Amino acid sequence: MLEDIITASVFASTIRLATPYIFASLGEMFSQRSGVLNLGVDGVMLLGAFFGFYVVYITESLILGVIAALIIGALMGLATAFISVTLKAEQGISGIGIYLFGLGMSELLYKELVGTPRTVAGFPSVDLPILSDLPWLGEIFFQHNLLVYLAFALVPISYFILNYTTIGLQIRAVGQHPDAADAMGVSVTRIRYLTVTLGGTLSGLAGAALSIALLKVFQQNMTAGRGFIAVALVYFGGWRPYGVLGGAILFSFVNALQLQADVIGFELFGWQIPAEFSNLLPALITIIVLVFASKRKEKPTALTKPFERGE
Amino acid sequence: MPFVSQIAHDSAIQTATGLQAGLKNFARASFGRLLDLLPGLIALVGAFLVSAFILLTLDADPIKAFSAMWSGAFGNENATANTLTKATPILFVAIGITVAFRGGVINIGGEGQMITGALAGSAITLSLGDELGFWVIPLALLAAFLAGGFFGAIAGFLKAQFDVNEILSTIMLNQVAVQLMNYLLNGPMLDPTKVGTNHVPETARIVDAAKIPRFRLPLADHLLFDRTSLHWGLILAVLMAVVIYIFMWKTTFGFRIRAVGYKERAARYAGINVKQQMVLSMFLAGGLSGLAGIVQVLGLTYRLKTDGSPAGFTGNAGFNGIVVALFGGLTPLGAIPASVFFGGLLVGAQKMQREIQGASSLITSINGIIVVFVVASQIFILRRARRRVGGEIDAQTILPTEETNA
Repeated sequence: MLEDIITASVFASTIRLATPYIFASLGEMFSQRSGVLNLGVDGVMLLGAFFGFYVVYITESLILGVIAALIIGALMGLATAFISVTLKAEQGISGIGIYLFGLGMSELLYKELVGTPRTVAGFPSVDLPILSDLPWLGEIFFQHNLLVYLAFALVPISYFILNYTTIGLQIRAVGQHPDAADAMGVSVTRIRYLTVTLGGTLSGLAGAALSIALLKVFQQNMTAGRGFIAVALVYFGGWRPYGVLGGAILFSFVNALQLQADVIGFELFGWQIPAEFSNLLPALITIIVLVFASKRKEKPTALTKPFERGE
Repeated sequence: MPFVSQIAHDSAIQTATGLQAGLKNFARASFGRLLDLLPGLIALVGAFLVSAFILLTLDADPIKAFSAMWSGAFGNENATANTLTKATPILFVAIGITVAFRGGVINIGGEGQMITGALAGSAITLSLGDELGFWVIPLALLAAFLAGGFFGAIAGFLKAQFDVNEILSTIMLNQVAVQLMNYLLNGPMLDPTKVGTNHVPETARIVDAAKIPRFRLPLADHLLFDRTSLHWGLILAVLMAVVIYIFMWKTTFGFRIRAVGYKERAARYAGINVKQQMVLSMFLAGGLSGLAGIVQVLGLTYRLKTDGSPAGFTGNAGFNGIVVALFGGLTPLGAIPASVFFGGLLVGAQKMQREIQGASSLITSINGIIVVFVVASQIFILRRARRRVGGEIDAQTILPTEETNA
């Protein structure tokens, strides 16, 4: 039984399925580190997924598809920044508004512009030379599409930016002590616009990773709440890139097990576990994760608080 | 939370003026009431402009689309009845969301709470309906209220005890509820006559005696809403709006909940058990959503069924309730007209399909735009209110205030 589940292919799909989580969570991490909680991630992912898919479907160019997803993500990020930074709207509920907008708009455009389910070619796997020939490890780590490698490369890059660059320091300062940062001449508004737009851009890319790299189709509500899990992963990862990576892999492992269970079925002590139970695992684990992440000291103190100068 | 506290701010103005019944203050209170409505109006105009733009981009005629929507929603007796039927569960959910919001908790879990309420209520109705007949209805309502309330209270407890973001936890609980329902309706609660056949997930039909009666209005010459699906659930929802209004604004229980939402720290200093109030407000919110679920079963569908998708049973009423609550100025009474309006949007969208394929998806995105506009327009009102009444409120309210950077 256990040998059927713990196979190299399960680990390989764990790595693949982690891609959207990594993109979206890293973006959300930057946004939260600067003090903005963006709950619209799922909606932006859906828009990115649709535009990425649609452009590839029309032009058959993967690069253009990715660019389209990045652009729509950036635009949604800018809109989010305007709403939560400039208009100082309550971030939780306005995020739900952005989610509903993305959910409805991606469905509407899909029905109007595509209509019937179509598939696209999507990103092919690129076997890394030599490394992909390694037994076991080769299949798990080095036979993936380009977006997978990009996602994993972004983790150390984010770590470096956040901890070893001026802009990273400014982001952390704005999220931790906006008044002090402001007094030192750092524009809180500018930094938050930057991080929230970056967050949107990466969410758009996360959506495209789903629709043109992982599944190669677009479906209504295809993210199925992954965007909300991505937000929770930031809490889980203690607002640090490697922590976020760990969380992403945990959840993609659960997703990979679910896929495997759909194929071979799950049995525990002779009891066939219904599909519904494995389906609710990610949601249940998310709640547990949030409980344990709640007392973390790393939480940016200015999170969800709009900045008002001179109060 | 500037948004929530601002609304409490406005109502504090109204409460305070009751004490000093001066004409000037009366004018100020009316102004406060108008301010409550303003974000909704701004949102409405904004949302319609944006959707007209979207329609134009998609080569549809916005005028035709909107007039089709209007006639689909209120064009005749049948359309109006459909609109009111659609509004019923949304109103229940919206009242609950108002309570949670006033208590400082954002409840996105209407969907899951509707489902757990409907499951518990249906189970009671199916097992005791034969024996109790009509009297199973109040029992089923109570069961649904408790089940939905319990499901809501989980999120309230997690927030109070572990500081878990309630938006994330309620969204996750929604998914848990959907899977729970799919499991039960495919297994233990499946209609016994459908076992082994190719079926949708659904329970058996409830007995006739357990159905909530249809609602008919006798007019001089005819019976209004005759032959329509409108049922007494709507009246129950309106009654609940009044009851919750009295509870929240005329009793000390409601005052405590609102105090927590208004200024949490101040409420704690005043000796209010903040954690308890959070759980309570989420219990009430969940309970009202639970009622939305069971009323849908007993009044309209006569069996609990779904197509397996997240909104298969609820029809997104849990999310629409959020929009209605915000649009109604976060008061139970304001939610009544707001729910009729949004019921109309949803029913009218079906007729709009002729103009544009994905009309119902358009409504979802309009909902999103409205939420954003309502929340974003708070800032202008907040600024204005600060300029106008600034220091005076603090002197008049019972609770001490300290402006934090929030």
